[in-house]
Amino acid sequence: MTTVEVLFVVLGVLAVGSALLVAVSSNLVHCALWLVVTLGALAGIYLLLAAEFVAWVQVLIYLGAVVVLLLFALMLTQAPIGVLTGLTSANRALACLVAVSTSAVLVVVFSVGFRDARIDIRTGDIGSATAIGSTLFGSWVLAFEVLSVLLLAALVGAIALSRRSEHATGGDTVQDGGH
Amino acid sequence: MPLLYPLVVSSLLFGIGVYVAMARRHAVLVLMGVELMLNAVNLNLVAFDAFWHDVVDTGQVLALFVIAVAAAEIGLGLAIVLLVFRTHRHINVDDLRELADRDASDRDAGDRRREVAP
Repeated sequence: MTTVEVLFVVLGVLAVGSALLVAVSSNLVHCALWLVVTLGALAGIYLLLAAEFVAWVQVLIYLGAVVVLLLFALMLTQAPIGVLTGLTSANRALACLVAVSTSAVLVVVFSVGFRDARIDIRTGDIGSATAIGSTLFGSWVLAFEVLSVLLLAALVGAIALSRRSEHATGGDTVQDGGH
Repeated sequence: MPLLYPLVVSSLLFGIGVYVAMARRHAVLVLMGVELMLNAVNLNLVAFDAFWHDVVDTGQVLALFVIAVAAAEIGLGLAIVLLVFRTHRHINVDDLRELADRDASDRDAGDRRREVAP
């Protein structure tokens, strides 16, 4: 095995192991922190696969923003710190069966289809910020603009959902004033 | 390196994400499961991009798009979770049954339960 393969196996085991801990941990904050480990290991895997820009975007957006948002939501929903019981639903055996069969089907299909395929990284493949930026604003510029509209819509939707509704606070008084 | 390594890692991550999204009862944990599944898809995209030596970097650009969509999804999802918490005082997804398809007797029982609860 080459150094890259050894590093890949270490990072892959780290990612899958901490994802398993996300699935079984009974402490909500620990779940979020194990998710950080999974996402960080995936960023390392992206670096090994020569996707440099995607790796840094992963660190910035997932580790920086998404996990902080999740912790923020845990804090706002007054999650008790410490071990909780009843975090897993009663039909966990069924969910486990579905998850294991999904993984098994995917692994079997991939190992039948790509048993001998190898990735050989060339220097031209390295997805630096320059390379990704030039393709993103060249071939993919329409999708990029549509995505920016989608992000704007999501922003407006999140604000509309999270502002206090008129009915709950002052809506009745306003209607009374109208009468 | 063999293409199978990243594919197997992404398959396992996807399965774990499916389990977390289906079996966990806390709404924030369900969102974490969705994030795991999206990351598994991203790993597949990046691995096949490196495999095909794509000229226009399709896999990596699509992975960036998936990350952006995931950011939008987590923002909206957490807004919905906070709204549910504000109205129900809990975010246990197993107990959120207002939209369930029930017949009349079940609905009466559910209404009685809700009247007793507060």
